[in-house]
Amino acid sequence: MSGIFKSSVGRKFAMALSAFFLMIFLVMHVSINFTSVFSEELFNNMSHFMGTNPIIQGLMQPILIFGVVFHFIMGFVLEIKNKSSRAVGYAKNVAKDNSTWMSRNMLLTGAVVLAFLVLHFYDFWIHEMTVKYVQGDMSGLVNPNDADSGYRYYDELREKFVSPARVIIYVVSFILLSLHLLHGFNSAFQSVGANNKYVKSLKGFSKVYSIGVPALFVFIALFHHFTH
Amino acid sequence: MMNLTLKIWRQKNADDKGKIVDYPVSGISPDMSFLEMLDVLNQELIEKGEEPVAFDHDCREGICGTCSLYINGRAHGPQTHITACQLHMRSFNDGDTIYIEPWRANAFPVIKDLIVDRSAFDRIQQAGGFISVNTSGNTQDANAIPIEKEHADKAFDAATCIGCGACVASCKNSSAMLFVSAKVSQFALLPQGQVEATDRVLNMVKQMDAEGFGNCTNTGACEVECPKGISLENIARMNREYLAASLKG
Amino acid sequence: MSILDSKIPDGPLADKWTKHKNEINLVNPANKRLIDIIVVGTGLAGGSAAATLAELGYNVKSFCFQDSPRRAHSIAAQGGINAAKNYQGDGDSTYRLFYDTVKGGDYRSREANVYRLAEVSTNIIDQCVAQGVPFAREYGGLLDNRSFGGVLVSRTFYAKGQTGQQLLLGAYAAMNRQIGRGKIKMYTRHEMLDVVVVDGKARGIIARNLVTGEIERHSAHAVVLGSGGYGNAFYLSTYAMGSNVTAAWKAHKRGAFFANPCYTQIHPTCIPVSGDHQSKLTLMSESLRNDGRIWVPKHKKDVEAIRNGSLKPTEIAEEDRDYYLERRYPAFGNLVPRDVASRAAKERCDAGYGVNKTGEAVYLDFASAIERYGKEQAYVKGLDPDDKKVVTELGKKVVENKYGNLFQMYEKIVDQNPYETPMMIYPAVHYTMGGLWVDYNLMTTVPGLYAIGEANFSDHGANRLGASALMQGLADGYFVLPYTIGDYLAHDIRTGPIPTDTKEFDEAENNVRAQIDKLINNKGSKTVDYFHKKLGKIMWNKCGMARNEQGLKEAIKEIAELREEFYKDVMVPGTENEYNEELAKAGRVADFLELGELFAKDALEREESAGGHFREEYQTEAGEALRRPEYQYVSAWEYKGKPSEAVHHKEPLEYENIEVKERSYK
Repeated sequence: MSGIFKSSVGRKFAMALSAFFLMIFLVMHVSINFTSVFSEELFNNMSHFMGTNPIIQGLMQPILIFGVVFHFIMGFVLEIKNKSSRAVGYAKNVAKDNSTWMSRNMLLTGAVVLAFLVLHFYDFWIHEMTVKYVQGDMSGLVNPNDADSGYRYYDELREKFVSPARVIIYVVSFILLSLHLLHGFNSAFQSVGANNKYVKSLKGFSKVYSIGVPALFVFIALFHHFTH
Repeated sequence: MMNLTLKIWRQKNADDKGKIVDYPVSGISPDMSFLEMLDVLNQELIEKGEEPVAFDHDCREGICGTCSLYINGRAHGPQTHITACQLHMRSFNDGDTIYIEPWRANAFPVIKDLIVDRSAFDRIQQAGGFISVNTSGNTQDANAIPIEKEHADKAFDAATCIGCGACVASCKNSSAMLFVSAKVSQFALLPQGQVEATDRVLNMVKQMDAEGFGNCTNTGACEVECPKGISLENIARMNREYLAASLKG
Repeated sequence: MSILDSKIPDGPLADKWTKHKNEINLVNPANKRLIDIIVVGTGLAGGSAAATLAELGYNVKSFCFQDSPRRAHSIAAQGGINAAKNYQGDGDSTYRLFYDTVKGGDYRSREANVYRLAEVSTNIIDQCVAQGVPFAREYGGLLDNRSFGGVLVSRTFYAKGQTGQQLLLGAYAAMNRQIGRGKIKMYTRHEMLDVVVVDGKARGIIARNLVTGEIERHSAHAVVLGSGGYGNAFYLSTYAMGSNVTAAWKAHKRGAFFANPCYTQIHPTCIPVSGDHQSKLTLMSESLRNDGRIWVPKHKKDVEAIRNGSLKPTEIAEEDRDYYLERRYPAFGNLVPRDVASRAAKERCDAGYGVNKTGEAVYLDFASAIERYGKEQAYVKGLDPDDKKVVTELGKKVVENKYGNLFQMYEKIVDQNPYETPMMIYPAVHYTMGGLWVDYNLMTTVPGLYAIGEANFSDHGANRLGASALMQGLADGYFVLPYTIGDYLAHDIRTGPIPTDTKEFDEAENNVRAQIDKLINNKGSKTVDYFHKKLGKIMWNKCGMARNEQGLKEAIKEIAELREEFYKDVMVPGTENEYNEELAKAGRVADFLELGELFAKDALEREESAGGHFREEYQTEAGEALRRPEYQYVSAWEYKGKPSEAVHHKEPLEYENIEVKERSYK
């Protein structure tokens, strides 16, 4: 077992594991966000639960952050190593004839998604952390001193999607996430050694997932932007 | 008859920097093989007192795996499932410009012009690409262990790898995983290969990493460019074998 | 009494090998570590020998000119490997394989060697399966067989059309295991350029590093040549571009007799020559003759129409086709031995029935096989066996499963789809039965110098049956040489390492350097290929499928003149201290130019027709080969400074266990 993550295959495996984790997280995230489209109350309740539950906050959140950071750093390190294994390149190389654009540009699509995450953290997460752990307001209320003021999450969400610039950044980022997933989803299965008739039958699902999940995020953003 | 412009990588030896040099060739028949077209060029160069272009070739029927040309941006040229020696000039048009370069990967250093050193592949095989059975002739009868046809056929498909290195050359990461996984798979699919399965995959992957090949990111370019159509399934199988072996070992 | 001692053990044929193994000297394991062996060539014979010798404990140094041992040309063998396993229960046996091989070789091979070959053939299959060679299997999981030319049983084991590749990779894997253990030291991109003989014994070689040009000395207690055949003397052949006679020829010049050089196999099913630019010919496996039917049009007018493109072969009616092999040889039909099939194709083409522009091609047609298999499948699947479309589709699938890679290869080269239109084929040089003379122990006339596989002469007589080359290569390397070499090396356990700073090594190295200097500094006006092509033309026209006295005499003269011109006017670019393919080629062609002359001389001396050697003066009224009992011997030639001065020795061939008859396939 020792040294597995020092090997090429082991690193692939680690990339895939963190990818699976992030893909599951994405589904949860989009499900909760989607409730905002039809029920303000449900969205607020779920947001509050996620934001205050000690298991989610104390255990899952650090794992998630670790997963994101790990996936990014590992991806970056591997890319550098891979690039450097060919010191002299080709004068003419027609890679498009043998592989997809997505598969060759995971670093690019990944980096854009990462940049978006920074914005996203700035928008939501840093604000949340400040309110909850710096100001010590765990109530989740619009006005912490007024129990009837209702949860603040829904309003805050609506607020963010007013700016067209932010919505455009949001949409572009999710298109790139979709491209990232279009290669990454199947690639992760391949990396953990699953490439058989069952996994092949997942091909359709992987397309649905890779396009559907980002599309839902985009839909939610547009929905709030235009219904504001 | 065709007239072409060739842009060929010339490099005197491993220490030379090397550069692309233009060569016009004329009177090329579409029935010629690509290597025969290079023969024509070389005869002309020799007659002019210049050095012929060095390139690796031997069987010229697509099985020895010696030829290794990156032609117009593709390993073994524009067609799929063939080697450079099986490529014919009818795949090109009069007036074309054709780039001809050696395989590029740190693990495949250039020896001269278009010839590279692929001994890294041999060293990977030496690390575990075999079944440790003595050649004494005292083995059990060949039919003593029936092998499911499907497994035998899959093992054969993996075993058809010719070790040309097109997978490495066309991979954006210079990864050798298709090559290594073909041998790992061949033995993993046969009962004879099970006994040493753990050590085999660990040792071969270790050697592969030590040779300086990049890591696989599943772009699938290798499968497309492989003259024998070795399947990506083999890489998945190797990953599986490797993970299982790591847990055991 | 001949000076050639074949050292065939006494006793009944079936017991000879066992008895011999019991009686020869052995080297104990501790002493094997003190003994070095050089193996030149890494094909089936050289590769399997190197692996086995290393496994036994000897220190092996293995050499190949390719960049990896896996690239030796054994890799290109397609069809299969014979073994008397009788898995099909169709009456096969060691004796029958022995009988078929001797008969197929036109009674010009050595009985005891062939019997031993048949005897160990079954071990090869066991060995290879244990090594993980993925032979074709039936649905029940057992090994599948197919039949090949010249026999009436199915004894050929195969791995699609890539049997040679799979077997070679098996031997390569066995070598790799020993390289990994340090028991084999591998020298790739090295070419052997001389044998060093010390006190009458082979004690080393001079090799050139093809990358750096360095000349190296390597010593050993014995030297084994598994360097293949010399068919590239014809320039166009199915051999690899690098295949050469140099190692064997240098050995010949150092005292090893060259046996039966004129026995060359011209394979009937190759892709025809398409033009002057051609650098090599491609074989289509003989296994295709299991299902393909060979024909030419019956009428000249159809031939004309086909040549000018106004008629397609598929448009010629059944009754207007001449299935000449089925007509002439009803018992074996399309599965006659190679020499017979080749000559029959030449006969039709010479008579003006060739079906391509050059008039040198016949059809190999799969239409009836597709229909037959299709009908069978239709019955199995419960579909209408009279529906032509369904049947054709099903039949194509079966044919694709059997020969898919060969059909694809054909289409890539010729640009025609063989599922739709018949293939065009023509004979091409494919294998040389002749080679260095060896005794029963596979030792040449130089003590300590062995020759195995195609490099020796012993097992195939005047014609080799299909799927027997792989068998012989592996038999020699895995199961024969490793025993017999011990008998010789048992006397060398106290010799100690062989020094390389002796006058014999000096002399050999100087000899090699002198030749290289001569070639590099010649600065003539013609390229090496110019001479090679010219030699090839002489060989093909005068020493090819049919030979006659006048042609052979002309060939001898022309080759000698060409050789003289070569040394006067050859141009080798570059220097000797670098990777220089032209220099390597020049050295090889120089040797072909000597061998070619001996080849013609041998063909002239043999006033009979036997197997691949067909003398026009000696044929039956029906045009079949006419063997003559007074030529029932092996011709072994001793080098005396020039091919023209070679001394002829005869090893009489005796057949005690087989009746010498007219070889009939009718």
